[in-house]
Amino acid sequence: MSRFKKKQGNVTPGISTASLPDIVFMLLFFFMVVTKMRDTELMVKVNTPQASELTKLEKKTLVNFIFIGRPTDKFKSKAGTKPRIQLGDKFATTDDIPLFLEKHKVSVAESQRQSIITSLKIDMDVSMGIVGDVKTSLRKAGQLKVNYSAKKRERTK
Amino acid sequence: MASSKHRMSNEINAGSMADIAFLLLIFFLVTTTIAEDKGVLVKLPQWSEEPPPEMKLNSRNVYSVLVNAQNQLLVRGEQMKIEELKNNTKIFIANPDKRSDMSEDPQKAIISIKNDRGTKYHTYLEVYNELKAAYNELWEESAMAKFGKNLSELTNTQQKEIKDAIPLVISEAEPTKFGEEK
Repeated sequence: MSRFKKKQGNVTPGISTASLPDIVFMLLFFFMVVTKMRDTELMVKVNTPQASELTKLEKKTLVNFIFIGRPTDKFKSKAGTKPRIQLGDKFATTDDIPLFLEKHKVSVAESQRQSIITSLKIDMDVSMGIVGDVKTSLRKAGQLKVNYSAKKRERTK
Repeated sequence: MASSKHRMSNEINAGSMADIAFLLLIFFLVTTTIAEDKGVLVKLPQWSEEPPPEMKLNSRNVYSVLVNAQNQLLVRGEQMKIEELKNNTKIFIANPDKRSDMSEDPQKAIISIKNDRGTKYHTYLEVYNELKAAYNELWEESAMAKFGKNLSELTNTQQKEIKDAIPLVISEAEPTKFGEEK
């Protein structure tokens, strides 16, 4: 019994927090690497549909984005409520697409230009009219590799 | 000697390091949008000003899918639910019972899809996805039958062999001008 008593007398040392910064830094670096700063503000509401047959977009530099959706509340007064196209950081029409693609093309090395993919981020409530127009102008501009952005779901039985 | 001893004990206090790191961490946590850049990959056909050449196609080889402005499906003249589309497409392409109204050979099968301008994008993508799923499942089944492996475990040449035997042909017609939204 005397042995136990002796132990109780000791002051229990607190948990060392010396490694806390290390842990936090590890998390910090993880998020720094994973983070992709959103360089363009989304001016249209885009809620992509779900699909099962997905392909991952590997090389970020070889991808350009076209957004289609209804303007968000902030831009409703300026841009109306009809579905609109957003290229870069402004509203656009289908006529602006060739120039937009060309601008992205010159930033890519010549040997990789044939593997440029256009990612279409389209709201699921948009009707196919505007999407068809965009598709037509992509075809006219010779940009044939297209990726309909979608969320993952399981394949139906 | 006394002064050096004093210097030794005077280390930088690292206690606030954790706070700084936490601050940065929280900043990156808030700004992070883990990119979900995934999607259905599609190759659009080349644009040409001339109307496409008339092709004589045996109608048994063409699987026409129409999606109207009410988001209903008309497959070979009959209404169909989207849930049934994938399995029916698979049966059409493979034609296991050698029926005379389905494709002669997977090589010759053509899927044709047509939509209205008023069709919801959601429905369109779902239909496209189901058609692609039908092909993917056929490829996987044929990989299992031929090589006894999953499609992803095969070499590139083997994958190509399978995909050449059942080529993915989804042709899209110009949409009809129905039901465009205001």
